[in-house]
Amino acid sequence: MTAEARSAQAGYAGATRYRWYEAVPFIVAIGFYFAMPDYLSLGSRILIFVLFALSLDLVLGFGGIVTLGHSAFLGTGAYVAGFIGAYSPVSDPIIQLLGAVLAAGLVGFLTGCIILRTKGLTVIMLTLAFAAILLELANKASAITGGTDGLSGIQVAPIFGRFEFDLYGQTGYLYCLGVLLVAWYLVRRLVHSPFGTSLTGIRDNASRMHAIGAPVYWRLVAAYSISAAIAGAAGALLTQINQLVGLDVLGFEPSGEVVVMLILGGVGQIYGAFLGPAVFLVLQDALAKQFPEFWYLGIGIGLLFVVWYAPTGLIGLISRVARRWGRP
Amino acid sequence: MSVVLETLNLQRSFGALMVTDNVSLSIPVGARHALIGPNGAGKTTLINLLTGVLSPSGGSVRLDGEDITGVGQAARVKRGIARTFQINSLFRNLTVLDTIALAVAERSGIGWSIWRPANSYRSVRDECMEILTRLGIADEALRQISELAYGKQRLVEIAVALGLRPRVLLLDEPAAGVPSMESGRILEVLAELPSDIAILMIEHDMDLVARFANRITVLVAGAVLTEGAPLEVMADERVRSVYLGEALHG
Repeated sequence: MTAEARSAQAGYAGATRYRWYEAVPFIVAIGFYFAMPDYLSLGSRILIFVLFALSLDLVLGFGGIVTLGHSAFLGTGAYVAGFIGAYSPVSDPIIQLLGAVLAAGLVGFLTGCIILRTKGLTVIMLTLAFAAILLELANKASAITGGTDGLSGIQVAPIFGRFEFDLYGQTGYLYCLGVLLVAWYLVRRLVHSPFGTSLTGIRDNASRMHAIGAPVYWRLVAAYSISAAIAGAAGALLTQINQLVGLDVLGFEPSGEVVVMLILGGVGQIYGAFLGPAVFLVLQDALAKQFPEFWYLGIGIGLLFVVWYAPTGLIGLISRVARRWGRP
Repeated sequence: MSVVLETLNLQRSFGALMVTDNVSLSIPVGARHALIGPNGAGKTTLINLLTGVLSPSGGSVRLDGEDITGVGQAARVKRGIARTFQINSLFRNLTVLDTIALAVAERSGIGWSIWRPANSYRSVRDECMEILTRLGIADEALRQISELAYGKQRLVEIAVALGLRPRVLLLDEPAAGVPSMESGRILEVLAELPSDIAILMIEHDMDLVARFANRITVLVAGAVLTEGAPLEVMADERVRSVYLGEALHG
């Protein structure tokens, strides 16, 4: 990335004002709502995975923490929202969402305190291990989680007591979009703050950050907890949209896929987290219809191309092309 | 002059290997002290002990007479001990300005600020520009570290340390890897540093040491061989033989 691109993004001489292209994902999302009314359940899934990828970008892209266990927080959020909806009289979706955010953030904090004491491969192994432990816990505690049958009977009241979740998924789609908008705003503020800049510093050179007196460990724990909380929000949305929680939210698949989506879109640039899941899930949907047995091959080949020809992801490719156009 | 940083019988061993052997140093306020010695004499280990990266096997480190042997790295920085690295240790993807701003931000306690945009901290930016101007690299402020020539990166190393407003500055071979025609610029920068900062410099280049330091400690095999004024030390037969020996080997 060139200096201008970097400083336009964040930092002490950066520009925090909003640029027109930052509105593009949201305009596209609203356009999708009107143009593709039959695809809103796919649309909601994309928005939820964008939120999930955004949470991952915070730790992977900005903090440099490589995790293959982020589904631990997606799953925690999904189950906690489900528990509230199924076992408590609270059916307000916003309260369920906040409960999920808090619970996932807490799990993120507790596991982060252990994981972030280590480095490199150990970090990856520990993230995998914690996700596996949670999956097994959910599996064993089938009396409350429903085990392999899934958790059902989840009550979700209309949003703000007014907007009921409808069969076509219109409310659900707009609800996901609203939550994503809030999370995007929070992440954007965080990335542009001194805290966000220090995360980039830790990613680039942790030992130098120690040498300038930064509490590296606690910074990472904080970023990890915030990321977990956002992932928990994504999980809660999944639960509320489907009114069902399956064990697969805690499995390896979401953890792995979200990493693939983020790399596809571009790591550490916020908008890569928007592009990656959209391309991935649309491709998945289209390829699965055409070649139900080989669709993963298409994703694999696509990823190879991106890693080879666009190491900064699709978003990096786009900004490179845009720069060449803008400045002959 | 009052002593700001001192070590008493400092020891550190890695297994059976004694890397720091009973080193007692005393650095007064405003010192221009050089630490020389052949490769493997334990110079960088000593800096790591002083900054708290490593903990000693024995002995103590004192700052302003207070024992800080058990104090962690970050807390020592807060108390005014800053260092530079022998090999450039910067942030490849950040601009020069942001690199120094990270240090200024930690020192002024805004590193945890999570809501206000970094670019709204005008005072941080002004302070960074002031340091860069002082070192003559203000023009490079918005360039990315990875685009900078090596010699300028060495200056950024020093700028980062200055962003911490240190009382004690530990320079680990500030001119390492810099062509000799450019090392003069680094020496100029060092000469212009505020006189109340105590500086301990590790250096191989005897020419640089002779021009910078008013006191020299010679470290050999982890132990202090001798300490004294530059002329005195350089005239010492033992020092000559150590350096002559190294020249023959190297």
